[in-house]
Amino acid sequence: MSNGLAEPVLRLEGLSKNFGSLVVTDNVTLDIVPSELHAIIGPNGAGKTTLINQLSGLITPDAGRIIFAGADVTHLPPNLRALRGLSRSFQITSILSGFSVLENVALAVQARMGSSFRFFGRAAKEKALNDPAMDVLERTGMAHRAHADANALSHGEKRALELAIALAMQPKLLLLDEPMAGIGPEETDKQVELLRALKGQMTMILVEHDMTAVFALADRISVLVRGSIVKTGLPVEVRADPQVVTAYLGEEME
Amino acid sequence: MSFTLLLIQTLNGLQLGVLLFLIAAGLTLVFGVMDFINLAHGVQYMLGAYLAVAFYGIVDNFFIALVLALLASLAFGLLLEFLVFRHLYGRDHLDQLMATFGIILFLNHGVRELWGAAPLSLPVPDALSGAVRLMPGMLYPVWRIVIIAAGFGVAAGLYLLVTYTRIGMLVRAGASNARMVSALGVNIELLFMIVFGFGTMLAGFSGIMIAPILSVEPGMGDNILILAFVVIVIGGIGSIRGAFIAALMIGLVDTLGRSFSVDILRLVMAPSPARMVGPAIASMLIYVLMAVVLYVRPSGLFPARGR
Amino acid sequence: MSGATITASQTVPAPRLAREIIRPALIFIALALVPLLAKLLSAQYLLDLGSRVMIFAVAAVALDLIVGYCGLVSLGHAGFIGLGAYAVGILSAEGFGDALISLPVAVGASMLFALATGLICLRTRGVYFIMITLAFGQMIYFIATSLALYGGDNGLTIASRNTIVGLPLIKTDLALYYMIFLFLLGTYLFCRALVSSRFGRVLRGGKVNAIRISTIGFDIKRYQLVAYVISGGLAGLSGFLLANSTEFVSPAYMSWQRSGELIVMVIFGGVGTLDGAIIGSAAYLLSEAWLSGLIENWKVVFGPILVMVVLFARGGLIGISAKLWRPQS
Repeated sequence: MSNGLAEPVLRLEGLSKNFGSLVVTDNVTLDIVPSELHAIIGPNGAGKTTLINQLSGLITPDAGRIIFAGADVTHLPPNLRALRGLSRSFQITSILSGFSVLENVALAVQARMGSSFRFFGRAAKEKALNDPAMDVLERTGMAHRAHADANALSHGEKRALELAIALAMQPKLLLLDEPMAGIGPEETDKQVELLRALKGQMTMILVEHDMTAVFALADRISVLVRGSIVKTGLPVEVRADPQVVTAYLGEEME
Repeated sequence: MSFTLLLIQTLNGLQLGVLLFLIAAGLTLVFGVMDFINLAHGVQYMLGAYLAVAFYGIVDNFFIALVLALLASLAFGLLLEFLVFRHLYGRDHLDQLMATFGIILFLNHGVRELWGAAPLSLPVPDALSGAVRLMPGMLYPVWRIVIIAAGFGVAAGLYLLVTYTRIGMLVRAGASNARMVSALGVNIELLFMIVFGFGTMLAGFSGIMIAPILSVEPGMGDNILILAFVVIVIGGIGSIRGAFIAALMIGLVDTLGRSFSVDILRLVMAPSPARMVGPAIASMLIYVLMAVVLYVRPSGLFPARGR
Repeated sequence: MSGATITASQTVPAPRLAREIIRPALIFIALALVPLLAKLLSAQYLLDLGSRVMIFAVAAVALDLIVGYCGLVSLGHAGFIGLGAYAVGILSAEGFGDALISLPVAVGASMLFALATGLICLRTRGVYFIMITLAFGQMIYFIATSLALYGGDNGLTIASRNTIVGLPLIKTDLALYYMIFLFLLGTYLFCRALVSSRFGRVLRGGKVNAIRISTIGFDIKRYQLVAYVISGGLAGLSGFLLANSTEFVSPAYMSWQRSGELIVMVIFGGVGTLDGAIIGSAAYLLSEAWLSGLIENWKVVFGPILVMVVLFARGGLIGISAKLWRPQS
């Protein structure tokens, strides 16, 4: 599968967003290449989550375009983007409490399969939904907790569930909003391995603070400072760039 | 349809408008700052009227009765806040609906028990009774002018209070984001109590002011409550400015609509169906207005919270 | 990569299933036996009371569908009851006294009204939603008061109950009672199936986390609209039953206080349980009947009872019974 000359999975053209007089996204232009794992890093307050929210459709940009798989999705609602293959995980865990781990993932499977206007039949028992859901849970190492209430999970387990839900949608593009947030070193290693195993199977955008994970996984890195991208390039280039180092004054880059 | 009638009804509409504002102001603040849906606000208005009648029976002076009734209103409101409402902040709106519905039942039938079901009246103070000639051939009751003046006065005072004082700033901040205000170290419980007490006083005040004109009876707060909710929803929850504009709008639309609906309909249909349909359309007018506003602006005209 | 070590379609733990079957079974058995009790005690009013409980239970179950499972608080549901009732009344006045016509019209009209108003209401959230449903309820109320031809403010007496396919099958109170019983049972079973179906799961997910549900790929508003229409139609069914039971319709059936009472019934019993709606209807109407016999001004006592239920009995009556049954849950 050719890389450099292929149509980008995601193209951002001049994306901008202001909250009042505060510029949160400043004329962002970026191409995401198929099958790459593209990391977006930046100091706190750089506007990373706002950018992800615009990509997934929760916030409408003030200017610019978002082109996903060749189609302009700038004004498309989140659910339609999801059905086209754009899936995301949330920085602040956003699972469905009161449902089991299995049901959380099965719902994502159900969305993909269509025909949800069925009024009869117990959805929780449907093999057609549960089997694919269990597959995803096995891949993310959560199968042993399939029937636990999502609320009862540890923080690390919830992050894994977050990822499982996103994967169950069989996305073309997976947006990961700080998947390592708040989890310990052991679980971080597990997540990194999981993501490494997924590399190549789909395109991923990884927003992260954890530099170890970023440099272990990223094919390319974009640096977001105060809403605009100051550098895009290979990890070695980004690491050496003086602008980037300044932006991260005091932060460990190793 | 004479010009005099139009003018009188416009003034009546303004009077209803300021009355609605006085009630809606407390409601929208309580809702905006504490996210608390207070159905019992209407019975607080009713209670103000009843307390005024009761005190008047003792002191025989309108203004003393007014002050006493205001204080009693405030005391009762704070008691309710302490006993019931403060345990409901943060609870589901559903729970708040049921609890305040229970308070409505309790007070509506409580006053019936204490004062009987027959309507009571409160006389206008002598100095402010009678009518004044605004124009040749047009007499307008002095008391209604007093109400309009008092309403605008309170509105101006509230505006100054909310815009230029520290407590007003806290209230505005609280209406926008109560958790943030609490995180900044403000005694949020005290703030809530102040907001609630103030709202109660406003409701009681409007009840006292309207008592000489309307009859004081159990359930008088129910329909005004609905109007007040329509006002705050159109105005935008948490916004005093929104409540003021919406209240005047509703007061005028409702009053003028009721007076002239039949006449306006007669322009397009025969007198008999017009007389039948007119009142119904007049009653529906404000709800249609609310539906239209919410369709275009699902969060009202000037919502305090963003989005 | 199938062949999971844990079977995907494991059955739900037994005790919960028992609760899901035993509790409603008890409710419906009790309801079925009321006419027997009435006969034994020679108390005709028990039959009327039972009918009334079941009629409002249908509406309460319909309301719980959107309140408990979608998180949409409608303060205008009495409007649908009124629509259904007036469908029966108006058709009867015009000479169409058969249920074959009035039932579909009652339910159909309510569903249409729910569709039209739902499209507007669902653009709002939270208290704005509550208020706009109230507004539409008021609109229907005022339209009814202006129907001079059909009684206006005073209401309209219905000549006789609906015939069914031409036969006077529900002329007796006993026959009517069991017809209402069947409709309640049907409504309940339908709603139970609905909430555990694929459709119901989307609704429940949307109530818990609307953003998550939409980023998974569901247009939650569309699902809520369908639920709202179903709920309105079932409330219209309740109105059909009410009109046949009382042989009278009036705008009072759709006042906002009536909508408030419906909400109280749902909360009283336990929101989001469906059983709770039936229990709440019974508890509310039985309290009303019993208390009004004790004290003339019974609402002075009932009001504080409601307040205390909210403060101390979260989850309503079902919540209380669950805590008694399983203290460690």
